[in-house]
Amino acid sequence: MKKALLVSLLVILTMGVASVAFGQETADAKTAGLDFFIWTVIASGSCIAVAAFGGALGQSAAIKAACEGIARNPEASGKITVTMIIGLALIESLVIYALVICLIMLFANPATSKVLALMGLA
Amino acid sequence: MEHPILFINLLLELFHLPVHGGHGLLPKIIAPHVTNAWFVMLVLILSAKLFVGKIQMIPGKGQNFFEAVISGIEGFAAENMGEEGAKLMLPMIATLGIYIFIANLIGLFPGFMSPTANVNTTLSLALTVFITTHILGVKFHGVKYIKHFMGPVSWLAPLMLPIELIGHFARILSLSIRLFGNIMAKEVLLGLLFLLAGAFLGPLPIMALGVFVCFVQAFVFVLLSILYFTGAMEHAH
Repeated sequence: MKKALLVSLLVILTMGVASVAFGQETADAKTAGLDFFIWTVIASGSCIAVAAFGGALGQSAAIKAACEGIARNPEASGKITVTMIIGLALIESLVIYALVICLIMLFANPATSKVLALMGLA
Repeated sequence: MEHPILFINLLLELFHLPVHGGHGLLPKIIAPHVTNAWFVMLVLILSAKLFVGKIQMIPGKGQNFFEAVISGIEGFAAENMGEEGAKLMLPMIATLGIYIFIANLIGLFPGFMSPTANVNTTLSLALTVFITTHILGVKFHGVKYIKHFMGPVSWLAPLMLPIELIGHFARILSLSIRLFGNIMAKEVLLGLLFLLAGAFLGPLPIMALGVFVCFVQAFVFVLLSILYFTGAMEHAH
């Protein structure tokens, strides 16, 4: 049952990706240029979603270890909390790198002007 | 996404200065992140002159506060760097910490923009730390500083040297983009929330989180610079 679900999901995903290529048959410059912006938005959304997922997993491991440490030794809770905060900030910085890439893709994309020129500044 | 109304821009527009961009050097000098950085510097210098102008034996309120802050930073640095290392680098570390904290914080005030929300400011701070690291290394070790990059065993040196160099240059990227990304994400989020739910006190939880993020990012920047300075000053493995 799980395998059938996974296979059907993959088939739908492949057909969704391939249908963009099917659309190219009757494409002029404007349609092809519009695909660039569509894919940029899809990429940005997926990028930050995956980064947030991975970041949450990593930070949950850090907090779990800190809670267990404090439970075993409540006197060291000050040091453990400081170490936990530092660790969280460093893990979060990796998610922030992904966010910066997404923001660059959306708001400061260097390829935008080239694509607009190719589209005839449409 | 900048604040639409900036007090310093309004002040400069009274003098007919080109605050809205243009060509040449002058629009770059009075760009919002530069003028707000000067404002932060002005606030810090004025508060230093006001509160610690005349150092008294029995401290008043302002002097007490600043003594607590500086001795806290020195104690924290001395844990990692040792006593004389902390005394040597305390001015730079304390300046970085206090400046970054106040610079992050003024973005929460309506009418001001965090200078650290622009990658140029954070890149300059990261470059300062990077160059100071290497100046410290050369000052403490001379030519033998290159041994820091060679790794633990001498025959591994041709492999370790490029890896260590890349790691060192990656520090600039990581320091600058960590600070820039956190503060700009906070500003973008606050801007959006003001747009969507400003009349219903919607941005308040994010502003509370923003104060926490400001402090943590300044703290992490200072901690990482202390660790880099320690790594440059100590003996190679």
